[in-house]
Amino acid sequence: QIQSSIFNQRKAHSPGHVCKNILHVPVSGLLFGPWFLCRNEDLKEMLESNKESLKLEAMKRIVGLIAKGKNASELFPAVVKNVASKNIELKKLVYVYLVRYAEEQQDLALLSISTFQRALKDPNQLIRASALRVLSSIRVPIIVPIMMLAIKEAATDLSPYVRKTAAHAIQKLYSLDPDQKEHLIEVIEKLLKDKSTLVAGSVVMAFEEVCPDRIDLIHKNYRKLCNLLVDVEEWGQVVIIHMLTRYARTQFVSPWREDAVFDENSAKAFYDSEEERRVDQSKPYIMDPDHRLLLRNTKPLLQSRNTAVVMAVSQLYWHLAPKHELSIITKSLVRLLRSHREVQYIVLQNIATMSIQRKGMFEPFMKSFYVRSTDATHIKTLKLEILTNLANEANISTILREFQTYVKSQDKAFAAATIQAIGCCATNISEVTDTCLNGLVLLLSNRDETVVAESVVVIKKLLQTQPSQHSDIIKHMAKLFDNITVPMARASILWLMGEYCEHVPKIAPDVLRKMAKTFTDEEDIVKLQIVNLAAKLYLTNSKQTKLLTQYILNLGKYDQNYDIRDRTRFIRQLIVPNEKSGALSKYARRILMAPKPAPVLQSAFKDRDRFQLGTLSHTLNSQASGYLELSDWPAVAPDQSVRNVEVVEPVRLPCIYLVFKDNVKNSESEENSDDSNKSSSSQSEKSSSESDSEKKKTLKNKKPQQQKLDSKDSSPVFVPETSHELLHRMTGKGLSAQYRFTRQPCIYGNSMVSLQLTLSNSTDQALENIHISEKSSTGQNIHRFNAIERLEPQASVTVSMGVDFNDSTQAANFQLCTKEDEFSVSIQPAVGELLLPITMSEADFTKEQGKLVGMNESSATITMTPENVSSQSVNRKVVSVANLGVIPSGQENIYRFSGKTVSSGSLVLVSVVLKDPDAVITINTEKTVMGSMLLRQVKTALTNSGP
Amino acid sequence: MIHSLFLINASGDIFLEKHWKSVVSRSVCDYFFEALERATEPENVPPVIPTPHHYLINVLRHRIYFVAVIQSEVPPLFVIEFLHRVVDTFQDYFGVCTEAAIKDNVVVVYELLEEMLDNGFPLATESNILKELIKPPTILRTVVNTITGSTNVGEQLPTGQLSVVPWRRTGVKYTNNEAYFDVVEEIDAIIDKSGSTITAEIQGVIDACVKLTGMPDLTLSFMNPRLLDDVSFHPCVRFKRWEAERILSFIPPDGNFRLLSYHVSSQNLVAIPVYVKHNISFREGSSQGRFELTLGPKQTMGKAVESVLVSSQLPRGVLNANLNPSQGTYTFDPVTKLLSWDVGKINPQKLPSLKGSMSLQTGASKPDENPTINIQFKIQQLAISGLKVNRLDMYGEKYKPFKGIKYMTKAGKFQNDCHLLVIQKIAG
Repeated sequence: QIQSSIFNQRKAHSPGHVCKNILHVPVSGLLFGPWFLCRNEDLKEMLESNKESLKLEAMKRIVGLIAKGKNASELFPAVVKNVASKNIELKKLVYVYLVRYAEEQQDLALLSISTFQRALKDPNQLIRASALRVLSSIRVPIIVPIMMLAIKEAATDLSPYVRKTAAHAIQKLYSLDPDQKEHLIEVIEKLLKDKSTLVAGSVVMAFEEVCPDRIDLIHKNYRKLCNLLVDVEEWGQVVIIHMLTRYARTQFVSPWREDAVFDENSAKAFYDSEEERRVDQSKPYIMDPDHRLLLRNTKPLLQSRNTAVVMAVSQLYWHLAPKHELSIITKSLVRLLRSHREVQYIVLQNIATMSIQRKGMFEPFMKSFYVRSTDATHIKTLKLEILTNLANEANISTILREFQTYVKSQDKAFAAATIQAIGCCATNISEVTDTCLNGLVLLLSNRDETVVAESVVVIKKLLQTQPSQHSDIIKHMAKLFDNITVPMARASILWLMGEYCEHVPKIAPDVLRKMAKTFTDEEDIVKLQIVNLAAKLYLTNSKQTKLLTQYILNLGKYDQNYDIRDRTRFIRQLIVPNEKSGALSKYARRILMAPKPAPVLQSAFKDRDRFQLGTLSHTLNSQASGYLELSDWPAVAPDQSVRNVEVVEPVRLPCIYLVFKDNVKNSESEENSDDSNKSSSSQSEKSSSESDSEKKKTLKNKKPQQQKLDSKDSSPVFVPETSHELLHRMTGKGLSAQYRFTRQPCIYGNSMVSLQLTLSNSTDQALENIHISEKSSTGQNIHRFNAIERLEPQASVTVSMGVDFNDSTQAANFQLCTKEDEFSVSIQPAVGELLLPITMSEADFTKEQGKLVGMNESSATITMTPENVSSQSVNRKVVSVANLGVIPSGQENIYRFSGKTVSSGSLVLVSVVLKDPDAVITINTEKTVMGSMLLRQVKTALTNSGP
Repeated sequence: MIHSLFLINASGDIFLEKHWKSVVSRSVCDYFFEALERATEPENVPPVIPTPHHYLINVLRHRIYFVAVIQSEVPPLFVIEFLHRVVDTFQDYFGVCTEAAIKDNVVVVYELLEEMLDNGFPLATESNILKELIKPPTILRTVVNTITGSTNVGEQLPTGQLSVVPWRRTGVKYTNNEAYFDVVEEIDAIIDKSGSTITAEIQGVIDACVKLTGMPDLTLSFMNPRLLDDVSFHPCVRFKRWEAERILSFIPPDGNFRLLSYHVSSQNLVAIPVYVKHNISFREGSSQGRFELTLGPKQTMGKAVESVLVSSQLPRGVLNANLNPSQGTYTFDPVTKLLSWDVGKINPQKLPSLKGSMSLQTGASKPDENPTINIQFKIQQLAISGLKVNRLDMYGEKYKPFKGIKYMTKAGKFQNDCHLLVIQKIAG
């Protein structure tokens, strides 16, 4: 009772409640707005607070909003302020936000640009790379020139990771402003020459997006790409393989000729005497070695765990390999069928296309295509398609037995598809037509309607091939007719009756009689066939059917569907002769009873091979946007020599390459590229050493230029005594090593930094054969010290070595070995140690400084502690940080230092201007990265008090 | 390449979106929902759906649809493989890949997606590289971060990104050095109603968990490498060495990874470890049917068959089943008509059986479909193909690692959807 009273109360209250709500709607609407603002206001406040953790929390919530697809754009001004945050996670989240909303808030987005420009010069490669990533993702057309500049700069960055990002940025800029195409192609051309496996995939991707038709850019890089391929990351492999497939189809002749000889040194080519060959008009096919190289280098990738790579190699073989080599891809493709369902779907589609042309490839694996009850419907139908394609005289009985179990499947749509497949097999293989037909007739007594209907449709198609022998089947179907309700099946039976009415002269008129009764209730396709049947019977058996036909034609005349009205009118004119009907009615019988060709049951994958396998277009069977057509083989191979490149001796590769790069930086690239073009591969070794020396010459040629400025290499002002630990005695099992920078020009090479290594043995046994392993893990060129044969217990020895850091603070990693052990060690140079001091006059200094402005200049203002202000102290602090020469200064408050980078010899100019109590540090150098790193170190040195 | 990604749950809500190029409106997913409506089962949604301006490529895992939006030609497998890699990464980071886990870690998810693709092209997909960039969330770290204000985001470029062995980071240290290898084999088979095998295949994987200090170089050799017919490797395996000597030589990634997956050549006869005896009959005119099922072990080399689970889709006409299992429990869902019987371990002395009656719809005709029976099971300490690891050696480091190798045989194809070992075609 209580409950019911409460219920009543509620009931009584509820209308009032609703009323209240209605009354409140405008108010709550007003309230809602401020409340919502409030919430964002709250986030705004958090973003503007001083606490890092609050800001981070706010950004995390904003990212949550973005992820849910909510609009957070009004927070833009508050967020963009944090773009320069020190906290890297906060910074990254701001980047995420910026990229999402910059397009909508272009003006405000511009505020952040300078931060990225600064970050582009950061010594940390990850920061440089992510700055470029974000900068290029801000889709604001005004910054196109800035992006272009940044991309060009990053494309020559020392870090391959940054260069990879540059390759990605190319595509972004291209989609923002296609007018930049020509400039971007230049960058692509440069990056294509890159030898880093990290860059290769990304730059080929850029190539495919920006200029896929510039096949000429690939020639010189073709062999390199083939050889790098195995080591490229898997996504890059897919892109490169697809591109090389297209390339190969334009450059090599077809290997598919019937008389082809596939191997250069195959028996036939060997035994063919000269005369015979001259007699033989057609030259035997010899595969271009570059074509062979591609096939050989992609083959191991069939074993990749990445299904996209396996598919890419498979399509490459399908489109490029001689037919007899195709079989190697079969196993790998079948293996992919054990992967995820979506992978199966794509692979099965491709196999379906292949199996039409080449049954033999997949026939041994027929059982892999057997359908499982747990397969998804689209997988089942594809498997059915393939099984149908694979059917031949030998295996048809096995396949049909398998099909029989499918017909009984609980998935009726699949059962219907199986019946279609049986029909296909029956027409393709004449031996089994009768068996199939009998089987299908048995299915007519199936309880499921879809199965029966599908069988009728398929039987109709089959009967058309040989109707005379099958009047009993037609009779059987006529009997079934009353129980079949599926319109398509009814229509099919009626058509059969009409077409072969002479074989069933007694039944057909009776069927027509029944149809006349139900005409108005039938579906349209059935009605059309009734009219057809009536017309045909009228022509063959007018005595019995004249009245029926007229009745049906009258019904049709007033049908609601105008298709049926039209057909009826046409038939009437055709078969019932009257004075108006012309010559046509004379031919009525010939028109209606003309023998009709049997329908061809074709695979849906018949013409899919017009698309390159493995592509989206192939999957959809229609051309997707951006699809690149695979060209036909050329009749005559284009010039092969375009792919020839100067082969350099592999061991010396990094060194030469780096020297070469330096020259590019020094704007002498034209001269150099001329050099490399001139020298051909045949004289590889010689020419490489020649070009090496040539390049050294060019370097030397530069020196006089500098000497004109009166700058002289000088001895270091200050050599720090501090040494750094290389190997601790605990990790080194008693062997410890320390290193220090001598700051002297290295005697082992002009571009090397000289190092002193002190090795001590703290064990109680002598250590033997201490040396540096030959295989260095990073790219640096290292001059090893001579192996120390024996180091007595508690003894130590000092040796010197040289490392070409290539003007980068990237650590040099190498293996320090004893007789028994190997220790991985690394030397991380401070930027100041990568310099050599030079002296020059004050005038020259200002002149050079004037040349190195803009991007090449970085500066900072600091507050000096009083004890640091003295000239001695400034000088001492700067030279202790960096190996620079001091330039005698005329002005009291200005200090100048100069040096050059060890590897490339670029000028590095440092000036410190004191303006009590502040000081401005300016660093000018082409090596912007080093410049900004050096700036930071000088800054900390000058702000720290102490000696 | 990949324009945007939408995550859609089983009830059709978009719960996460991420765009790598300009923003694509989420209304593009309407085409996907149309396809979803048309599909009878969640698995039946076609993986590639064309729309007027975009193409949608989706994968379904853990009841979540990952829908990628594509604008122009791209190899579809490229996208599919990548999406699966995303799921694997989520699983690796959060332990599970569910809607709740993704929503709870939405910031990490976003940071991950940001690192994994740049402008729609994969940038970093190796799990060890990602883990250096973005540390996986743990309770301890979350607490520490809130107190100290430190972040989950790495400040340096991961060492792997530039090295020749991108899958391994440098400076790995463990106090206990261990390497475990699991050889797991799965049998796929179809057996017809008379009990004879139509197809049977074995495929196996070697999953490894390697926790070794420094840069170890491992070699793994087999007693009978000829058994392996078709293999695919983790990128760390040196292919040349395998070609020449049939030895797996590699510098392993740190932690869990799949070293190898293989297929056992079809020439070898496959031993079928269990058999099923069944009798399902319906009498004409009666609304009752009989159901009898007995399982037994066969060719198991003396090892016990465990975690056996039998499931079968009964004909639509069956209203209910009243059965009596000799062991384990069974359920019958009257809506989906799915019968599943959790058997447990098979005792060879006392074979498990499931007997009883089924009630049919009154007046319904005798079902004519053949029900199929799917079986899952596990056999510990046995690789059914007979594959045996010969030895595991380590070079490059001095310490002695602990090594362990485990064998297991399972039924099933892959994933957790109906593992199908034996489809018994049963007479109606």
